[in-house]
Amino acid sequence: MLVELRHIHKRFGAVHANNDVSLTARPGRVHGLLGENGAGKSTLAKILTGFITRDSGDILLDGKPARISTPADATAAGIGMLHQDPLDVPAMTALDNFMAGMPGRSPVTVLRGAAAEKRFREIAAGLGFKLDPRDRVGDFTVGERQQLEVIRLMALGVRTLILDEPTTGISAAQKDQLFEAVRQMAREGRSIIFVSHKLEDVCALCDEVTVMRRGEVMGGRVLREEGRLLDTPARISSDLVTLMFGRELASPSRETHRQEQPAFTLSGVVLDDRRLRIALPEIAIRRGEIIGLAGLEGSGQRLLLQHCAGLLPATAGRLLGRTDLTHKPHKAYLRAGIMYLPADRLKEGLIGGLTLQEHVALRRSVAGKAGTFVNRASALDGAEKAITALNIRGRPDSRVERLSGGNQQRAQLALMPAQLDLILMEHPTRGLDVESAMWVWKLLRERCASGTSILFASADLDEIMQYSDRVIVFSGGQVAPPVEANALDVDRLGRRIGGQMDA
Amino acid sequence: MKLEELVILIATAVAAATPLVFAVIGETITERAGIVNLSADGTILLAGMAGFGAARATDSIWVGFLAAALVGAAVAAIVAYGAITLKQSQIAIGFILALLCADLSSFLGAPLVLQPGPQVPALPIPGLADVPIIGRIFFSSDGMVYASYLVIGLAWLYLYRMRGGLALRAVGEQPAAAFARGVPVVRLRYLYTILGGALIGIAGAAFTLDMKTGWTYRHTAGYGWIALAIVIFGGWNPLRGAMGAYLFGFLEALASFAQSRVPGVPTQVFAVLPFVLMILVLAATSGEWLTRLIQRAPPALRRLLSANLNAPAPAGLGKAFEQD
Repeated sequence: MLVELRHIHKRFGAVHANNDVSLTARPGRVHGLLGENGAGKSTLAKILTGFITRDSGDILLDGKPARISTPADATAAGIGMLHQDPLDVPAMTALDNFMAGMPGRSPVTVLRGAAAEKRFREIAAGLGFKLDPRDRVGDFTVGERQQLEVIRLMALGVRTLILDEPTTGISAAQKDQLFEAVRQMAREGRSIIFVSHKLEDVCALCDEVTVMRRGEVMGGRVLREEGRLLDTPARISSDLVTLMFGRELASPSRETHRQEQPAFTLSGVVLDDRRLRIALPEIAIRRGEIIGLAGLEGSGQRLLLQHCAGLLPATAGRLLGRTDLTHKPHKAYLRAGIMYLPADRLKEGLIGGLTLQEHVALRRSVAGKAGTFVNRASALDGAEKAITALNIRGRPDSRVERLSGGNQQRAQLALMPAQLDLILMEHPTRGLDVESAMWVWKLLRERCASGTSILFASADLDEIMQYSDRVIVFSGGQVAPPVEANALDVDRLGRRIGGQMDA
Repeated sequence: MKLEELVILIATAVAAATPLVFAVIGETITERAGIVNLSADGTILLAGMAGFGAARATDSIWVGFLAAALVGAAVAAIVAYGAITLKQSQIAIGFILALLCADLSSFLGAPLVLQPGPQVPALPIPGLADVPIIGRIFFSSDGMVYASYLVIGLAWLYLYRMRGGLALRAVGEQPAAAFARGVPVVRLRYLYTILGGALIGIAGAAFTLDMKTGWTYRHTAGYGWIALAIVIFGGWNPLRGAMGAYLFGFLEALASFAQSRVPGVPTQVFAVLPFVLMILVLAATSGEWLTRLIQRAPPALRRLLSANLNAPAPAGLGKAFEQD
């Protein structure tokens, strides 16, 4: 379906989230909508799907003006959206999710589960997805939940599909599957709008691209004609980055701060959390070193991080720092200068309902440096310093849950104690825009310069390759000894993750 | 205890549990849509009083039940407006309404205290009532008891086998996901809260016109809270909820049976005994150990057990739906 958005405006209070935005998505083409977090992409997608009503502007479907004011209107018009956080019901089976909200007939009709299941399997097979409709959605990975949504949208007969940041939180294999399904849907004549802040995904998939920054369209490019790239990937990337940021970003240099002296050693460690059991090789983490943990999600990276944080005791083996930390309580790990920053920032890292200022005060009181009353002035001062130092977009009294993902990550970094020996991170830059991600790494590397070691897990191979001194590959229950990152490239790393450990 | 006594005990239990069954099903439907109607105890009192009054004034039990249902629906409508439209705390609204309705029932019901009034007539089902044991337990009561069987069955069928029930569950679990699928979340939440409230109101009239006839000060106090607890015990499933109600009815019947056998113990002990036992049952049937037990089970059995025993609350329960 030909989708034309013309001169869309949308304001939220003082923020002009969409300022005269126009975009045309053609049938059979994948149209990228690229921009940093907060550029207004999601707002535009939500306007097109009826979640948000626009202030002004027109939507034309196949040349005819359309009235879309609820998600049901959008569905009826043939527009479906794959949301960034899957909008499904985890407590129900995939089949129930598939059937819920199918249009037509009165509420007191008996559900025809068998017919729906047949249809489900047909569509899944057509797209190359392997899902069991009887499984509970709560047991699915994010990637599988996306596949379920795609199947459901196909059953609804959508002619235009919008994907909002679909590659966040899914494995590389699931991404390939998703991209293949998207291409397939485009070949069948649908128009696809691919919303993303990830340059490499847009370059890999899209035929055309519209770039947004601060609510405005900065420009559009045609990347492919008849499936062929019109320029070299490198030139396309730098062109698009210029549009996204208005300037070219220099990647931080790959100088290392690694020292010879080891800070922590793991020997003969075996970890077991009842779902997964892994035996670790000898690992000596050197001072100032960055070690990347690569592998499919759930291959044991988290176990290693939790073990080093003192949250998961080993069934065998020893962990040595300045002192022997084996089987010591969590507090001993904190005293040893170990900091763990989990992937779920709001669940395990920060406290959503508290303000930045209160986090500063809380950290002091936990450290035993506070009296009975909260010293508001010094907490305010601490929060203001953190905001300036880390360029956080927020105020000392902003509740943390209201900050954007990038700013939450910066807040986490700001709350780290000054003296640290080891930082453990999961997905340091997940959900962050390029600029925030570079900020985060700039700060982390400054830490390394002062002798802190870093262990981080990431699903982003480029991130692993770009920042690690050494890489540990987790694959199929096996953990390979650390390898120098210089001896690897993204392709070989990918093959090792796929199980070819000697690639 | 002789078989004869046991049959009477169970038959009493089934009858005694009938008002609770209506309340439990009503609250289950409400909570499945994501709204907690905490006013149940007050609603039952007020609706029971109103139902009794209306039936007495018109000499028609039909009018009585209609009045009770309307009162229940009206209280639920206040809960719905506060929770859905004003997005206020469902706990606060429900709790205040529970207290308010209870006091209102005492105040408005003062002229009705200990007055005679109409009752639901006994109606053994011909044929079925003569089946040994089963007939005595299930089919020798009155229309309300049979209606409660129907309500249990229909509620289960609707929730788990029909399109509307699927949408209802989706609304209570993930309102945002339901909305994205074109389900009218706000409208359905109003509808099911009010419908559930009407059933809770009918529970009130089932007391005053049938199982605990007449009206006194705080005539049914406590049953609403027990109904709320049974909904949780029943894992938000109408069948299991009904089982919980019958269990409570059985404990009540057992207490009054024991009372006649052990004359030395003060009657208050037997009056509170079912509540105490219910708390023990609730504590024993929910909690970590059950989850751990299920994990030990063989894989084939695990899915079945986990689906039937492990019933987490609807994920959207008690939360206002924010459409951004």
